[in-house]
Amino acid sequence: MNIKRILAYSTRHLYLYKRSLPRLMEIFYWPVLDLLVWGFISLYLSQFAGKSNLGILPDFVAFFIGALILWDILFRTQQGLSISFLEDMWSRNLLNLFVSPLTQVEYVVSLLFISFLKLLLSSTVMVVLAWFLYSFNIFILGFKLIPLILNLIVMGWAVGIVTMAIILRYGQEAEVLAWGIAFLLQPFSAVFYPVSVLPPILKYVAYLVPASHVFEGMRLILKTGEFPTGELITAAILNVFYIIIAVTFFSWNFKKVKEQGLLAKVGE
Amino acid sequence: MENIVEVFELRKKFGEVEAIRSINFHMKKGEILGLLGPNGAGKTTTLHMLLGLTTPTSGQINVLGFDATKRDEEMLKRLNFSSSYVALPYSLTVVENLTVFARLYEVPNYKEKINSLIEIFDIEDIRFEPTRRLSSGQVTRVSLAKALLNDPEVLFLDEPTASLDPDIADKTRTLLKNLNKTKGLSILYTSHNMNEMENLCDRVILLDKGEIKAYGTIDEILEEFKEKTLEEVFLKVARA
Repeated sequence: MNIKRILAYSTRHLYLYKRSLPRLMEIFYWPVLDLLVWGFISLYLSQFAGKSNLGILPDFVAFFIGALILWDILFRTQQGLSISFLEDMWSRNLLNLFVSPLTQVEYVVSLLFISFLKLLLSSTVMVVLAWFLYSFNIFILGFKLIPLILNLIVMGWAVGIVTMAIILRYGQEAEVLAWGIAFLLQPFSAVFYPVSVLPPILKYVAYLVPASHVFEGMRLILKTGEFPTGELITAAILNVFYIIIAVTFFSWNFKKVKEQGLLAKVGE
Repeated sequence: MENIVEVFELRKKFGEVEAIRSINFHMKKGEILGLLGPNGAGKTTTLHMLLGLTTPTSGQINVLGFDATKRDEEMLKRLNFSSSYVALPYSLTVVENLTVFARLYEVPNYKEKINSLIEIFDIEDIRFEPTRRLSSGQVTRVSLAKALLNDPEVLFLDEPTASLDPDIADKTRTLLKNLNKTKGLSILYTSHNMNEMENLCDRVILLDKGEIKAYGTIDEILEEFKEKTLEEVFLKVARA
């Protein structure tokens, strides 16, 4: 793996964002809107805490805003990766790339790097806004936040790589997955509610989704301050498994695309 | 003379369709070899197999002494490609595009190299223009500049003049011929334009339905088919 080529290719995306307002907006627009809507819903629900017949309601602001920021990390990582790939497809540039010495692995790694940079930008804006608007400081989770975030990033990468593989194989008609695939996993990720509320069969599905362990862990930290060792180890093991599957799936599809002579047709 | 490309018993099937049927050819160092044929003849499939973009069903391809199907890094560093059907990122300026590719090919002193190519291709006035604002002719010149960034030993060109007006097309051909003469650049060139092939190529391969119908110098082919022009040979083959 050649770092110089990875950085060279990442520059292509940095140039792109340097002057494109719509693309910069894509990084900030949805996270900010999500934060505004969910933040104000949380504030509204918080008014009922302690007054409800259901007893004392949880701290909605912390639970919802925390969940939203962490969900956005997963979603933006996946989307950042898939959209960067689509940019190459839309600009019909893939052949130029794959004729150059840039390897398949270097190409994917440079997209991972770009998705991480985009995530850093959007998360910074969300964290600052959450603190400014709702006095919610995600850093109350302290160093416990790091394994949560890492697990979500790896899961986002795994889903993003699978999305790229499907788009590579089936072309532009599959590009809708870049925006939608993460939401397919959201009901089983226990983002805004615990796994315990799911019907029994769906609980088993949720246990296979790394994000559900992360969000259960986040709630445990917020509620008790306890470090969710078990949940995070389970999430990490699942993530290692899924990233291996994702990379294998991408390589297999790349091989198939070359066999079928479809590389030249990607983007048509 | 050393062979820079060697193709042995190359076949490609897409499902039941046999796109390339056991073809053999070679390209000598410093040669301009034309690959021509009607639509669907298998030109682009052959080109993509030479570049390692499409996997052959069977056969052997050696490019610069490397097995092309393995996409060896050393091989890819020494060749380049340009096609009128492949674009460059349209939001990036000409200089940005060339910079990205120069760095991908790890071109030493790439800024100087880019400046010299910008001068050669006469694209100084558009160097800071996003590629999307360029005309077809300008895009082709930028794409050719990209293809020469790494001083390739062999250049694969897929209908590079397809979208150019006759004036720019002629300038492009002259430039390629100069590069071939002065730098010994080997070029594999696909085109539908018979005059272009006659003027530019040292030898020509005429493909039809995945088979080589003619292979040799223009004179050899004209003599073999008892015709006066390459276009007449092309029509004879295409309508047979």
